[in-house]
Amino acid sequence: MTPLVEVDRLVKRFPLTRGVVFQRRVGVVSAVDDVTLAVAEGETLGLVGETGCGKSTLGRLMIQLLEPTSGTIRFDGEDVTTARGARLQGLRRERQMVFQDPSGSLNPRRTIGAIVAEPFAIHGLLRDRDERRARVQELLEQVGLNPEHYNRYPHEFSGGQRQRVGIARAIALGPRLLVADEPVSALDVSIQAQIVALLRDLRDRLGLTLVLISHDLAVVRHLCDRVAVMRAGAIVELAPVDELFEAPQHPYTCELLAAIPRLPIGGGQSSSST
Amino acid sequence: MSAGAEALLRVEELRVGFATGDGVVQALDGVSFALERGRTLGIVGESGSGKSVAALTVMGLTRGRRTHVEGQVLLDGEELLGATAERLRALRGEAVAMVFQDPLSALHPFYRIGAQLSEAVRAHRDVDRAAARRRALELLELVRLPEASQRIDAYPHELSGGMRQRAMIAMALANEPRLLIADEPTTALDVTVQAQILALLRTLRDELGMAMILISHDLGVVAEAADEIAVMYAGRIVEQAPTQRLFAAPQHPYTWGLLTSTPRLDAPRGAALVPIPGRPPSLIHPPSGCRFHPRCPYAREEHRRVDPPLAPVPGTPAQQVACLLPADVRGALWRRLAAGATPDEARSAAGLAPEPAA
Repeated sequence: MTPLVEVDRLVKRFPLTRGVVFQRRVGVVSAVDDVTLAVAEGETLGLVGETGCGKSTLGRLMIQLLEPTSGTIRFDGEDVTTARGARLQGLRRERQMVFQDPSGSLNPRRTIGAIVAEPFAIHGLLRDRDERRARVQELLEQVGLNPEHYNRYPHEFSGGQRQRVGIARAIALGPRLLVADEPVSALDVSIQAQIVALLRDLRDRLGLTLVLISHDLAVVRHLCDRVAVMRAGAIVELAPVDELFEAPQHPYTCELLAAIPRLPIGGGQSSSST
Repeated sequence: MSAGAEALLRVEELRVGFATGDGVVQALDGVSFALERGRTLGIVGESGSGKSVAALTVMGLTRGRRTHVEGQVLLDGEELLGATAERLRALRGEAVAMVFQDPLSALHPFYRIGAQLSEAVRAHRDVDRAAARRRALELLELVRLPEASQRIDAYPHELSGGMRQRAMIAMALANEPRLLIADEPTTALDVTVQAQILALLRTLRDELGMAMILISHDLGVVAEAADEIAVMYAGRIVEQAPTQRLFAAPQHPYTWGLLTSTPRLDAPRGAALVPIPGRPPSLIHPPSGCRFHPRCPYAREEHRRVDPPLAPVPGTPAQQVACLLPADVRGALWRRLAAGATPDEARSAAGLAPEPAA
């Protein structure tokens, strides 16, 4: 199968500055440091690691919300590293993002109908008002929201529902690649499971390629086919999900796995025999 | 927990209501528990279940014109709800101390760690600056802050999240409190740092013989550190049991929901997560009857009318549950759920007819 996304020797450095007015450059931090990775069409890849490991930066580079310092990005077999303007705009339709904080990523002064319709406005699609409205309501329904709530504002919704709005917006243009950056970590456990189920369902129904960025290995194990473990900007281990969890190779992966609290259900014995 | 006479903290029928423009939010509605020295009580529940309000009320931090508090909070027999502001100030830090979720907003950004610790020491003890600083260093060493003698002069932003949380814990311990309340102490931290902080809290509790209340939305976190767990829902405790017991034989459908919606590393990978349908209820107009009934897959007609009290589980007096289902039906349901059945499958296997639509 051809990879949908390939990044080759990707590097992203951010300058470290000091001072407010005359910002002196005092060094650089390599957020992503020589990463080579391919994601197959239809695959779900997990990017895991601790705060500051570069997983979010890599996710943003993959859909070109950030420009790499060096290296190449290929999408659907084509080198798109230098894509600009209309070409990049066209690529945005195929690559979308779900953000962590569903409150921070929704404009509080617009109705959720307007928020979900915005991608159509930006890309000049569905110019007919009724058609656009019908499509938005269809999207709301698809993510498990009541289409009647079209005219409500983000603050009228709970965290889990807001995340559904964010997902509806992300799938509005029918993207092939969805990058979800910590989509459930701001939510309560019971609601997390609802959103994980929704992502899984949408992926299967729409045939999405999904890159799931998360610090929660249990969530990653649940959704992903392959997992890349990142540390200090580099991928230290990349393996199919079962291999990674059953026979982790890198000491850092072992450390991460060992740190996860276990639920002693059934007094320590698990029901994994079923 | 045996409500022994020697309990350090006894909370009796605590009710806290906040007056808002939309009505009274009854954040706590009759919560009782007791805690002995050297023990840790874990409180779990979703956002808005009342777990933080319970902790803040014990600390006397929910007082205000628009707040209505009823019940009793007894610390070593002393009633705290009626205590004067002055008496409360003396007790805070000295007898009861708190560690908050986000150390970056709980620490003052302009003062060095050492200065903030010294201030906490001198608030309760008549010691000079040099002695307070010595005590501050001692505390930073107690919480195993690496290179404490240098970091004592660091500003909060110069420390990592885990180091900041260690500094917060040091500050809470400054005056050797009898009770430490930790409200989501590891939620903002990475998983490896979380494991370190939980281990530290366990060690300190044992070394210092404190009682501890650990509040978290994460059952895994409380499982690691608590002797006993109270599960809260909509302002009430719906289940309480010793930690081992809670995981071995959980009784409340809400507890089951929390357990089956948590992704686990030791479950088969294909096993579906079972979310709890719906969302937490309004605390202004809570549901009638059992408050969990609108989200409960096993609710019966009478559950809409009858409000179950928290009562001991037959045969296991240390475990209490507020549920109207018969104990044998609960047992049968959980056995199915633990084996991976969906709520619908568990219900029919346990012989519960699906409830006709209301």
